[in-house]
Amino acid sequence: MKNSNENKFLSPGHNACAGCGQLSAAQAVMRGLNENIIIANATGCLEVTTTAYPQSAWGLPWIHSLFENAAAVASGILASLKQKGDKKTKVVVQAGDGGTFDIGLGLISGMWERGENILYICYDTEAYSNTGIQASGSTPYGASTTTTPDGSASIGSTQGKKDMLAIALAHGVKYVAQTTTGFPDDITNKVKKALSVEGPSYIQILCPCIPGWKINNDQAVMMGKSAVQTALYPLLEYSDGQLISSSLKKGFQARPAGEYLKNQGRFKHLKDKDISLIEKLAQANIDKYKI
Amino acid sequence: MKNEKVSLITKPNTTLANKTGAWRTAKPMTDLLTCIGCSLCAKICPEGCIVMGEISESAANGKKLKPKNKKLKPKTDYNYCKGCGLCTHECLVKAIKMIKDY
Ligand SMILES: Cc1ncc(C[n+]2csc(CCOP(=O)(O)OP(=O)(O)O)c2C)c(N)n1
Ligand code: SF4
Ligand code: SF4
Repeated sequence: MKNSNENKFLSPGHNACAGCGQLSAAQAVMRGLNENIIIANATGCLEVTTTAYPQSAWGLPWIHSLFENAAAVASGILASLKQKGDKKTKVVVQAGDGGTFDIGLGLISGMWERGENILYICYDTEAYSNTGIQASGSTPYGASTTTTPDGSASIGSTQGKKDMLAIALAHGVKYVAQTTTGFPDDITNKVKKALSVEGPSYIQILCPCIPGWKINNDQAVMMGKSAVQTALYPLLEYSDGQLISSSLKKGFQARPAGEYLKNQGRFKHLKDKDISLIEKLAQANIDKYKI
Repeated sequence: MKNEKVSLITKPNTTLANKTGAWRTAKPMTDLLTCIGCSLCAKICPEGCIVMGEISESAANGKKLKPKNKKLKPKTDYNYCKGCGLCTHECLVKAIKMIKDY
């Protein structure tokens, strides 16, 4: 049988944790891309684990500069493509949630404000995974991280998750979508759709992280599915500001949030009353995104 | 200190030199006759080390192949498989088993 590992967009031999939900999602993203792509990657696990100098796992033109500036690097690449009259090449950004929700946000805002034809993909591990699981603007309520540890007087993070989709929509981003590692074909389809859009697009992918979520090596896909089944992280798609698809369809029956939470070490400390608060967040999603 | 030239441009797909299969303590074994060829395992593997392809009768232990067996089947590249168990956990027909590998 032919071994087609060579010349792939994302090769094996990278250093991500065994079972990493982010690299699993990245494989699905790569199946949605094509040869006419340049990737600008922010600092984070996806970058660090794939490019231990002098090696690279990437099979597409790929550049890393800093943690905070991937969007600005992409804007610069786009400007030079325009100057050269290249209309075929599309620029794609890849970044973690820390790089997106927090440190890169200003430059992302500028990129969207200018309406640039760039696909931005956020791999949302809900923490700064690569530096040891510090809380980010994406860390959900009740999650224990190294900067929001649980304890006798703490339930972990007391802040809710920043609504990054709403921020994208407020900028008039033409295609905005959310998906998870549990749905590889959904990821690939959304990437292909985003590439067909003329103008800015944003895809946010929930990526279970083994040490960050304190889950087993074989649980990332299952957790990605469970996040959708509990309505805590629905599959969503907006086109020109309109919600055009959602996993929260008529007749959707949410699985209990505890099913998702109790299997993760980062939520293990939560009491029933905390879980019922999180259940309310799931209900708020159902109310907001039902279709 | 010698002033050596450092290139910031690296070659594509060069991580293939790292045989991450050495990380593994358990090995996924796929029963190709139970496998329905859905390719889910190949899609979710974080290493991208499962490739779908045709299997020969010898790969099926010489058994006769039924029509369902003639679909493309997964082949795991153990040079890179880290033994995470995701493929085994997600397989819809339980065609993959983890065996001790240390
Ligand atoms: C300006 C700057 N601050 C801090 C760091 C250290 N640093 C490297 S990766 C990282 C975390 C990245 O987190 P995230 O963007 O969520 O991606 P993940 O690792 O979770 O995929 C940090 C803080 C840095 N490289 N640059
Ligand atoms: S720390 Fe988390 S995101 Fe980073 S490589 Fe490991 S599993 Fe993947
Ligand atoms: S055990 Fe993990 S690394 Fe090995 S083939 Fe299965 S999914 Fe890939």
